Amino acid sequence: MAPILQVQNLQHIYSIGTPFEHIALENVSFSVERGEFIGIIGHTGSGKSTLIQHLNGLLKPTDGKVLLDGQDIWSDKALARACRFRVGLVFQYPEYQLFEETVYKDIAFGPKNMGLKPEEIDRRVRQAADFVGILPEQLEVSPFDLSGGQKRRVAIAGVIAMEPEVLILDEPTAGLDPEGREEILRNIEDYRKAKNATVMMVSHSMSDVARLTDRLLVMNGAHLAMDGTPAEVFGNAEELLEMGLDIPEITEVFLHLRRMGLDVPQVYTVDQAVQVLAGLKGGNANA
Amino acid sequence: MLKDITLGQYFPGNSPVHRLDPRTKLLLLIAYIVALFTASNWLTYGVVFAFLAVGITLSAIPLKSFVHGMKPLVFILVFTGILNLFFTTGEKLLVHFWIIHIYWEGIVRALFMMSRILMLLCGTFLLTYTTSPISLTDGLESLLSPLKKIHLPVHELSMMMCIALRFIPTLIEETDKIMSAQKARGADFESGNLVQRVKALIPILVPLFISAFRRADELATAMECRCYQGGDGRTKMKLLRYKLRDYKAFLLGALLLTVVFVLRGFGL
Repeated sequence: MAPILQVQNLQHIYSIGTPFEHIALENVSFSVERGEFIGIIGHTGSGKSTLIQHLNGLLKPTDGKVLLDGQDIWSDKALARACRFRVGLVFQYPEYQLFEETVYKDIAFGPKNMGLKPEEIDRRVRQAADFVGILPEQLEVSPFDLSGGQKRRVAIAGVIAMEPEVLILDEPTAGLDPEGREEILRNIEDYRKAKNATVMMVSHSMSDVARLTDRLLVMNGAHLAMDGTPAEVFGNAEELLEMGLDIPEITEVFLHLRRMGLDVPQVYTVDQAVQVLAGLKGGNANA
Repeated sequence: MLKDITLGQYFPGNSPVHRLDPRTKLLLLIAYIVALFTASNWLTYGVVFAFLAVGITLSAIPLKSFVHGMKPLVFILVFTGILNLFFTTGEKLLVHFWIIHIYWEGIVRALFMMSRILMLLCGTFLLTYTTSPISLTDGLESLLSPLKKIHLPVHELSMMMCIALRFIPTLIEETDKIMSAQKARGADFESGNLVQRVKALIPILVPLFISAFRRADELATAMECRCYQGGDGRTKMKLLRYKLRDYKAFLLGALLLTVVFVLRGFGL
């Protein structure tokens, strides 16, 4: 099957032709397959947010193309709008965009804009609420009476209710406590599995992306610096650190162990580390 | 994009106009406006214009910025022109058609009025382009401080103005973000009739208001944490002091007023 999203030589320049001109993206190309879980990392100002706003047609590239299902999304105007329903984008701190009187109405905003039938909207709202762990009785309360973490989940449900084929999230866990973070990440994974959707997640938590994603895109200075599996990307630890990025804590620990002369492989999740250590322990016991 | 709004934006610089005391600039602007409204013929307009031209040249701010800032106000300008053109009566009738009468005096008056508005705007832009909002409110507070005697909360007013100015870019950015987020959920601000378009604003305005109140609350707490308690006994890090160049500027302003008044007095 053809890739769901293809980005070709994307370039974006802000305030073109003014003294404030600023290149945000330069020659970025990659393609995304159905069902992939992709992490996007890069330090502040590297072009991550600009990049994701191109994928659902919110920003128009100054050069290059974005293809959705093989079709250029800017080839006609209706397509650019339709593509917002197929590629769902959850912004940073999405809870600040809630506006309706009830949670139900807020989640229904997206599906309503799609022009769906009331029964279909109802089904989607309830299902989306279920995905993010919002109880049916909470649907009738005002979103402003909920806690911060719950508001965030309502906002994510508002995008999930459009049942996008590609779900893009910009730092969905920023500012939440560890428990809230785990829950949101689990919700996202649930949605991906249930709908065989593609998920792209911008994150600053290297251990989260290492654990969850199949593939990492590393942005640096408006360019796509690396594109590969977490193992490949975190294999270049030195290069990442040079870009001002972190590596997962556990990778760092093992890097130190290696420098101390211990023969351990490169790991990037805690589970792997446990396996490696258990193997070592077993080996030592035998010796 | 909303970010491109430049109305009254400050252009940092180090020109003689930038370096003037904000109080000097405020007082000169007042003098300039008085002169502009006293001016009644080409000669006096010319004098006022010369004063403006000197200011703009010294400020080294590109003329393009003035033209750009004028754009949102073109409507008012044209409206004034048309109103004066059609509703001034005089002796020399030029065009007579149905209920429309255009007199020579109307054309002259429309031109005068339009150049008056243009010059008024340019003068104010010159002030806001060359003075940062903070020093502007500082100057205003200092100029209005005598009013404290009649229990006018001068410091509080200037602090409010300062905060309002400070938060304009922040709120514009916030609006941009909220608009993008609602667009991502399929909101449509560009089509539909007037009622639909107004309704489409609700998903922007509600979050914007909420965030504005939240910001105000956070700012108040932050200020209280730093023991802010109004203007009483508060000292300034940057004290305003008139320098030689300010006196020179005052002299120029006085000259402008005198010339305009004298010329007008002679009926020229």
